Amino acid sequence: MAELGPDIATRSLPLSGVHGGSAKVRLEPAQPAERINLRVRAEDVAALSAALGLDLPVKPKMSSSANGRTALWVGPDEWLVFADGGGSIGSSLTQAAASSGAVHSATDISHRNTAILVSGPGAAATLNAGCALDLSLDAFPIGACSRTLFGKVEIVLLRTAENAFRVEVWRSFSDYAFALLAEGARDAAL
Amino acid sequence: MLLIHCPYCEEDRSELEFRWAGEAHVVRPENIAAISDEEFAEFFFLRNNEKGLTYERWRHIHGCGRFFNAARDTVSDRFLMTYKAGLPKQPVPVAEKFAAIAEEKSVETWEQTEGDAR
Repeated sequence: MAELGPDIATRSLPLSGVHGGSAKVRLEPAQPAERINLRVRAEDVAALSAALGLDLPVKPKMSSSANGRTALWVGPDEWLVFADGGGSIGSSLTQAAASSGAVHSATDISHRNTAILVSGPGAAATLNAGCALDLSLDAFPIGACSRTLFGKVEIVLLRTAENAFRVEVWRSFSDYAFALLAEGARDAAL
Repeated sequence: MLLIHCPYCEEDRSELEFRWAGEAHVVRPENIAAISDEEFAEFFFLRNNEKGLTYERWRHIHGCGRFFNAARDTVSDRFLMTYKAGLPKQPVPVAEKFAAIAEEKSVETWEQTEGDAR
């Protein structure tokens, strides 16, 4: 029988190895990350903020970052929180949330989602190939985020810089999202 | 593409992000076991299906995920206003109402085009 070493099952990311873009846009899969979907009542937001070490934004479309963690407002009582890492299941984010002592729901979605980084002068035009949001800097400034549709799939979009976005997408939809982004990137460079 | 104002996201968003969720302000009876079959049918099956101003529930399913209420004109498909779920039925602002009536007149309805056809 074959020797079953610790490396027998090597995880590959949903988009590992893919690359794309055009003269104006760069598309790349993001590093693996820990993610939780967090649901908290308004009165317990402060307790969860303290436990996670960042202020959960309470205004629509806002995000906040601290201590390597980022929280995105996706609904009045719902946040997507992600942090670098995520090699193993049982993330530190769920443990941190549990230590708050407040009633909440934290679902580990580290491996349900994957992320695509879109950057370059044509980044907004690339996303607008499949997304109806107004991505001008006035309406969608740096740090703004929203759950929305990209083509036929649901994404959570975060603007990380003037010309850089992070697209959080379900892993089974990531091929579709990447292909549509690649097409948008081609058009943005025309 | 219609733009719908989400009262939770506090901005206009594309209609693609929303789903219709039936008539609004249908109140569940306090003691549903005690009501007659007719009253149950009225509550459970029968809807007004009004032409013109209707109050509906909508859901921002691909955005914040919240249900909310909307006053909509079924002739012109114009959204007159939206407000948060749980609030009582809100009156439509007068200016919106007049705009809707003006728009309704410019919409070709069945009565105008086919109503007298025999």
